[in-house]
Amino acid sequence: MQIKLWLNGKMVTEDVAADMLLIDFLRAHGCFSVKRGCETANCGLCTVFVEDKPVLSCSMLVARVDGKKITTLEGLQEEAEDFGAFIADQGAEQCGFCNPGLIMNAIAMFRENPNPTDEEIIQYLAGNLCRCSGYEGQLRGIKAFLSFKKEKGGVC
Amino acid sequence: MLTINQYVKAESLQQAYELNQKKNNVILGGMLWLKMQKKSVGTAIDLSNLGLDTIEETEDSYLIGAMVTLRTLELHKGINSMTNNAVSESVKHIVGVQFRNLATIGGSIFGRYGFSDVLTIFMALDASVELYQKGIVSMEEFSKMPYDNDLLVRVIIKKQKMKVAYLSQRNTNTDFPVLTCAVSNIEGTYRCVIGARPKRAVCLYDSNGILKDGITQESAEKFGEFMKGQIITGSNMRGSEEYRKILSGVLSKRALLKLKDYEVTSYAD
Repeated sequence: MQIKLWLNGKMVTEDVAADMLLIDFLRAHGCFSVKRGCETANCGLCTVFVEDKPVLSCSMLVARVDGKKITTLEGLQEEAEDFGAFIADQGAEQCGFCNPGLIMNAIAMFRENPNPTDEEIIQYLAGNLCRCSGYEGQLRGIKAFLSFKKEKGGVC
Repeated sequence: MLTINQYVKAESLQQAYELNQKKNNVILGGMLWLKMQKKSVGTAIDLSNLGLDTIEETEDSYLIGAMVTLRTLELHKGINSMTNNAVSESVKHIVGVQFRNLATIGGSIFGRYGFSDVLTIFMALDASVELYQKGIVSMEEFSKMPYDNDLLVRVIIKKQKMKVAYLSQRNTNTDFPVLTCAVSNIEGTYRCVIGARPKRAVCLYDSNGILKDGITQESAEKFGEFMKGQIITGSNMRGSEEYRKILSGVLSKRALLKLKDYEVTSYAD
């Protein structure tokens, strides 16, 4: 079946199988930030935006996103670098495997709730698993990023 | 692995219903549980073009389309203010935001899973399902029905004066629940729904009138004991039958005590 979608701002038209998952489509198009980490839809590593909402690309048929706008980390380089540095500063990035998924979901959170409490941060990012850390470093990184943005007076 | 031979975006409920009569065809919800199964699907039927992804508010009800996501429910102001935020509480521990942006109420309810937070809370809300063929059926009755090829169109919650509390026990955050518990008082009737037991959720009533004079520390404790004695539980990798029995007593007591607090706060004016 033929589908058309916008991947990081570019229009892509392609013939796909009925059971092709979005994650496989994205990786076939060079978006290697999108990772398969668990096979059980609970690690968050495959997070991408469909129409600006974060979803698990491992559980979504590409057929379902026909006509939609898809954004991966590759399409958010500036925002990702900006925020990623704060995570790295805390030494929270160890193997780095879970980082793209976490950054995607954190960006979604900043857009939805620019002033989250600690509890809201933990709640929002609970679906992003990290096997190296205890999440404390990431939380510190997020808070440091938020207060940096606040000082600059900008919105995230 | 899940394989799908053909994919159809249904153009009408009638078309979806007809396609669904064939045994190896399947309706797609959020696809989160479906994808976990080893299954070969003939035609996957997608309802996402039928406008079922919105919550309609009428004078006396909330009509929740089958394709409404759990995240939409979690953030819905009207439903949550009517339910003391119990609806939000029931879904917010389900994996993560990205998961809940996909998981649909139709998929959760139609599956009548033995781990369902969603079925538990909607039974406590005395909600109903609108089925394409059978029409409107109460959630409690639906929870007992065998699986068939009907189509779930909407979930309906009547606007009523209610107090509801939801609690769940998880071994770790974002995991499946070990036990779920929702207690409600709707028009004077107390319902206690216990789910993830690990069978389908079940609705129990205050059949001995323990709460007839209201909720006190003492009556809540008695009610918890009564639930513990009544409930049928089972064992699986997340917890034993006995542990679940004890939990159902504790959670129903705690949920009742939450209701008692709501009595003070939400009806003070």
